[in-house]
Amino acid sequence: MTTLTTDLKLLGEVKAPAGFADRLLAHVGMTDSYARFDTVLGTVYVAWNRQGVSAAARSASAAEFEDWFRKDVGRQLWAADPPQDLAVKIEDELQGRHRMRFDLRGLTSFEQAVLRKTREIPRGEVRPYGWVAREIGRPAAVRAVGTALANNPIPYFIPCHRVVRMDGQIGNYGGGGPEAKRSILTMEGVRVKRLEELAREGKRYQGVKTTGIFCYPTCHTGRRALEKNIVWLHDEASARAAGFRPCKVCRPAAVA
Amino acid sequence: MDGTERLFERMVHEHQDRVFAFSLALTGNRHDAEEVAQDTFLRAYRALVTYAPDRIRELKQKAWLHRIALNVVRNRTRGVRPRLVELNGSEPDHAIGPEEGALLKMEMDALAVRVAGLPARYREAVVLRHVQELSYQEAADALGQPVGTVKANVHRGLKLLRGDNDDDSDD
Repeated sequence: MTTLTTDLKLLGEVKAPAGFADRLLAHVGMTDSYARFDTVLGTVYVAWNRQGVSAAARSASAAEFEDWFRKDVGRQLWAADPPQDLAVKIEDELQGRHRMRFDLRGLTSFEQAVLRKTREIPRGEVRPYGWVAREIGRPAAVRAVGTALANNPIPYFIPCHRVVRMDGQIGNYGGGGPEAKRSILTMEGVRVKRLEELAREGKRYQGVKTTGIFCYPTCHTGRRALEKNIVWLHDEASARAAGFRPCKVCRPAAVA
Repeated sequence: MDGTERLFERMVHEHQDRVFAFSLALTGNRHDAEEVAQDTFLRAYRALVTYAPDRIRELKQKAWLHRIALNVVRNRTRGVRPRLVELNGSEPDHAIGPEEGALLKMEMDALAVRVAGLPARYREAVVLRHVQELSYQEAADALGQPVGTVKANVHRGLKLLRGDNDDDSDD
């Protein structure tokens, strides 16, 4: 009699399989799942949860991605089959169509503001770090913007590669170094060499005589201007002095 | 993460072993047990997000999860199989050491098979009372039966498990 009830009691002490809780929480989207995707950028590992996409990296292996995620994002992570539409969303997003939701929990509100603002930069264009700082109302925090972008957990999809230095250098890139930054921008249609030359010559803004507007060199509104109507401007003061006003789309200076 | 999610996370960590052991004793194998346990928590989660804060606060989690698990198992065996969630393969259980752990695991699995072989009403009563170690009152609450009925079913169930088939009133 005692043996049977003792054994039954032991049966009640059986443990759930290893990883049970984490897989369950991942299933309801409370911890993160990830999968490998083949994209225009090559192999990209993407993590997601109920809130949205939480991380991305072009890691060499799944193990490397997991290590990076657990260290950097600080949550558990499980390999899983992606939701049906995620592969399509990834392609769309890389083609410049905004389809993704992101999980930016764990980042400071400043970092979140930087990343949200960065997402507004259209494909094929770039903005200086100072632009992001000014746009989020923290004009002096240029360096902090650089740090926030360097720690972007979702590169490629939150396009930190579209933020460059004002002095003509393309700047650092957490998603694979300056070379990777250059090649992604080129793929997106940015003429990187020309951009670097312009910046080195101090040609920061493109003024168009016929419209009286000055833009960042990659702004799509200035692209159709004829060469003979273009004036290169060195700074905001001289642009305004020459009778130009800042473009309302790319906002190279505070727009009144 | 909002309050419900935090609560659910705590609930999973606190009750996962209990719910799994319960499921194992009711189903008799670890694969089904994992499905039942997972389904139990998923149902709990879906319910929790619809509950008002008061109701969540007053929830007796242990009894509630037992009731849900009982329903999950009953629905499966009735052939109304709910859509079950595919897992990416269970990892081996590293919770107990290899040698004696493996032996104990085999013994427990064999016992689970025997318990799962009992007719449902005896099985549920025996498992709630002796595997989960609920009081007769708690077991009666979980089953929605009078205490006396539960006592009788536990008694019969234990008798059957001991191989004493004298008054085997099968259902």
